[in-house]
Amino acid sequence: MTGPDTRPALTETLSSPRRRERGRGPLTAFGFLLPALVLFVVLVLGPVLLSVYFSFYKWNGLGGLPQNFIGFDNFTRLWNSDIFQGDLRHGGILLLLSLCLQLPFSLGIAVLLNQKIRGRAFYRLLFFIPYILSEAVTGVLFTLVMSPDIGLANTLLRDLGLPEWTWLSEPSSVLFSLFLVISWKYFGFHTIIYLAGLQGIPKELQEAARIDGAGNWEVFRHVTLPLLAPTIRISVFLSVIGSIQLFDLVYIMTGGGPAHSSETMAVSMVDYGVRRTQVGYSSAISVVMFLISLLFALGYQRFVMRRDLEGATTTTGNLR
Amino acid sequence: MKALRRLPIHVVILIAAVFVLLPFIYGILGGFKDNAQLSTNPIGLPSPWVPSNFTDVFGAGNFWRQLVNSTYIAIVTTVLLVALAALAAFAFARLNFRGREFYYVLFTIGLMFPFTVAVLPLFVLLRTVGLLDNPLGVILPQVAYGLPITVIILRSFFRAIPREVEEAATIDGCTAYGFFWRVLLPMARPALATVTVLAVVASWNNFLLPLLIFTDPNQMTLPLGVQQFQGLYSSDYAKILAYVTCSMVPALLFFSVAERQLISGLTAGATKG
Repeated sequence: MTGPDTRPALTETLSSPRRRERGRGPLTAFGFLLPALVLFVVLVLGPVLLSVYFSFYKWNGLGGLPQNFIGFDNFTRLWNSDIFQGDLRHGGILLLLSLCLQLPFSLGIAVLLNQKIRGRAFYRLLFFIPYILSEAVTGVLFTLVMSPDIGLANTLLRDLGLPEWTWLSEPSSVLFSLFLVISWKYFGFHTIIYLAGLQGIPKELQEAARIDGAGNWEVFRHVTLPLLAPTIRISVFLSVIGSIQLFDLVYIMTGGGPAHSSETMAVSMVDYGVRRTQVGYSSAISVVMFLISLLFALGYQRFVMRRDLEGATTTTGNLR
Repeated sequence: MKALRRLPIHVVILIAAVFVLLPFIYGILGGFKDNAQLSTNPIGLPSPWVPSNFTDVFGAGNFWRQLVNSTYIAIVTTVLLVALAALAAFAFARLNFRGREFYYVLFTIGLMFPFTVAVLPLFVLLRTVGLLDNPLGVILPQVAYGLPITVIILRSFFRAIPREVEEAATIDGCTAYGFFWRVLLPMARPALATVTVLAVVASWNNFLLPLLIFTDPNQMTLPLGVQQFQGLYSSDYAKILAYVTCSMVPALLFFSVAERQLISGLTAGATKG
């Protein structure tokens, strides 16, 4: 990776002590790198390794180091736990809903906003605003919106002469309600990404296809969509990583309930680790979360985004 | 004819706009109603306007304290993060040393796993060293977790600055540090603005870490404060909506100033990968 233009600087550094004083040597480099590296190793890599270590112990998290080594017991308990299986199922359902409904919806809106329509800038801004709110504020707001009696949602349904819905209060409706909130908060973000991708597609290609007799749908299907694929792959990636770690909204709106029907891995992890002080078991949950995201990230980059990444490296290469 | 064909487009976008706007209207106007009005008239204008919810929020003091805490944590996090990341990105982009690629890959690995994964051992670690109920217990991890993306963005920007600029600076007697401080940083101002805005927003919205670190109400940040307030006044919807509205305002103000940097940062990060 060492560029040919930088190599001479290194040899000069090694051969001439005067140059070293001017600050191009390895020591200088580590001076620049060290503060970030220390913080990163201690607070990012360290905790991940610690959670692997803790996960092999039965431990309440207090008093020195864990003593009670139990091998893989935490993991077998996890594997057999109804709550944890539910966590995986809920995460999967929310992710599936996002991929099948939210992302196509965002893409549709982006395609519409990519045309010259009145108020385009306003809509783009409006759709993006929920993204900048914290999940905490969003969660509290929607808890009230979806509350059974005097919440906004049911009041509107009543005013329209429609039957009320159970929203967050029933296991059968809670996941879909959460999905609506997630979509409210994040579809504008995906729309903005898609819009940026759409604007990177040269107009000439779509015009050429039209001249060859392609209709709107064919242009979209055979020109726009393939050229937008790298952007779509990124947005899918962000959705998956987001749903693996989903916490704030669920914790605030339902606490995982009713009866664990909306609990996610992160909610279980905090519940066991902090409230029930089962730090060993809770660490096992974070190890599994880590493995899932790692496997997904590696697999996705290896098999799905490989071409995009190659493209990205050559672009940065050219920039030099 | 053309206008007619475009009608469905407008209808779809309008429906999306109503979907986004309704909760905002409910929240903002709801803060000016009493609970009786809220149940009969959730989205219409309040009649009469009830300012007491807002005066209660402003009078109690918790809101202001949380606003100060959030601001303090966001500023210190951002300054530390951008400083450390800029130094490291400079080393990765401009200096040669053994293991450069190894360390860079180490940082990029940090992108692959979500913050949530390490929060529990982090909590145990911070408790052991006595950083619970201390702003540093939130600031330092936020800096550490912000490093990967910030280093990646700044490194690619630093690499794009032509070699000739560095040679000219060196001939004029600049050391590596002098070049970094007097030439590179001023040239990288747009990139620095982008990463600053991203860092502020991430810190401002963080909920999970403050939730675990702070039990002292005097330390709490706004997201935590909103959640606590809801627990406290669970049946007084109008008052909760007033609190929600108040805590939206700083984020919206910041967005109105930094919109361009935020959107360009997010889309650049996402489209480039």
